[in-house]
Amino acid sequence: MLLIPCPNCGSRDETEFHYGGQAHVAYPENPTELNDREWAEFLFYRDNTKGAFAERWLHSTGCRQWFNMLRDTVTYDIQSVYPMGTPRPAPANPAVPDSGTASTAADSTTTGAAAPSTSATSITAPEGATK
Amino acid sequence: MSNQQLPEHPDFLWRNPEPKSSYDAVIVGGGGHGLATAYFLAKNHGMTNIAVLEKGWLAGGNMARNTTIIRSNYLWDESAAIYEHALKLWEILPEELEYDFLFSQRGVMNLAHTLGDVRESMRRVGANKLNGVDAEWLDPQQVKELCPILNINDNIRYPVMGATYQPRAGIAKHDHVAWAFARKCDELGVDIIQNCEVTGFVKDGNRVVGVKTNQGTINTEKVGLCAAGHSSVLAEMAGFRLPIQSHPLQALVSELHEPVHPTVVMSNHVHVYVSQAHKGELVMGAGVDSYNGYGQRGSFHVIEHQMAAAVELFPIFARAHVLRTWGGIVDTTLDASPIVGNTPVENMFVNCGWGTGGFKGTPAAGLTFAHNIATGTPHELNKPFALERFETGALIDEHGAAAVAH
Repeated sequence: MLLIPCPNCGSRDETEFHYGGQAHVAYPENPTELNDREWAEFLFYRDNTKGAFAERWLHSTGCRQWFNMLRDTVTYDIQSVYPMGTPRPAPANPAVPDSGTASTAADSTTTGAAAPSTSATSITAPEGATK
Repeated sequence: MSNQQLPEHPDFLWRNPEPKSSYDAVIVGGGGHGLATAYFLAKNHGMTNIAVLEKGWLAGGNMARNTTIIRSNYLWDESAAIYEHALKLWEILPEELEYDFLFSQRGVMNLAHTLGDVRESMRRVGANKLNGVDAEWLDPQQVKELCPILNINDNIRYPVMGATYQPRAGIAKHDHVAWAFARKCDELGVDIIQNCEVTGFVKDGNRVVGVKTNQGTINTEKVGLCAAGHSSVLAEMAGFRLPIQSHPLQALVSELHEPVHPTVVMSNHVHVYVSQAHKGELVMGAGVDSYNGYGQRGSFHVIEHQMAAAVELFPIFARAHVLRTWGGIVDTTLDASPIVGNTPVENMFVNCGWGTGGFKGTPAAGLTFAHNIATGTPHELNKPFALERFETGALIDEHGAAAVAH
């Protein structure tokens, strides 16, 4: 199970969250000008990165806020959490997101951890079990 | 049924050749689908100068990680056609491959727990019958007669209100399926090359002419991608995208038990599916983890959820112990149907997107994909599953219709 550091509420179990897929996919600026191929790209095609992947999560049973997360899709390690609308942090700087963690968590009243750890690791089932 | 003996292994199953410098066709992925494709390329199309490249060991990916269920009770015509063709092939393949893989047609029940379920299930039974797929509707008493350990009391949260039943469905011994295909492929001259990871492709303009591997570059006229969870990684190397998302899907087994579970039971609503393996383990699966992943492991809460559902439906499981859990990486599409056909790269073909249902489709995937690779044009059965459907909008929306959520 992933232990996800919500920027507002602190670290919580994955079961409190809803997955939102790839981050930074903008709605087409001029939708009326898109052809079928471009619509297909927008609707159905998403990156399926093996490695560091920027994705959206919703803390649905907590603060009910969306945020972005950089997570490794092989190790499931969470490298960074950052607000919606800000650019993806540089991968070389996983420990400290460059996008104002403190400011997004300034009104946190739940845990006292104003800047939740961004190096949370996942707790998962044993690897490699086969039947 | 459950006390069928496992077949003895022949001493010799397949060679382990060095890759040649060139082949008429190269299949990437040595799982069930890759091996079945190679088999039908050789058998139906006379293409024997071919290689199957496997980055790990033969059939060690999803082929070794599934719950072995075979059925064809899909809603839409296109799906029913391809899965029913697969089921017909399953029925003759043990003889054709001269290797018994214990295909046991013990039937599959899909339980209904709400009025909505009941209506959807009856609709699917009707659709199945129109498509020549065996299907019937069972009331709770009939469910109980077929599977006496099922709890049909109405005092549980989601009581059993009936079930669809496909008698010809069942399970097979998945490892033996892979070995049966591999052995025949080898006999027909196919080179199965293990520990051979594809690192890139050689193209002449927009035409693929070779495959780069950790064992050197292999020239080839045609490439078929059969790598399930890693299809989009390969496609990226070849310079195109796939509308695929890879997710972990977990399954688990109990320790061995006496035969108690005579059929396969699936429930979409409380979401668990259970069968008893030939050796006696209770085999269970449920849904995918919500997030993208390649780690072949998943989250514990998914297992907790399916176990809770299983214990409510089968109270006698409460004292069973989980022996092993494992995960496979399934490549899902947004309409929950596979992609089998041509790609934007000339002479490169893709078979992927089978999501949580790849095992049952193995023979039909192999047959149609082999046809597509050999002739350059799709087989009648895989034509609707082309990549273009995401552009044309002709989706085959099996989400929620395929008797189990994805």
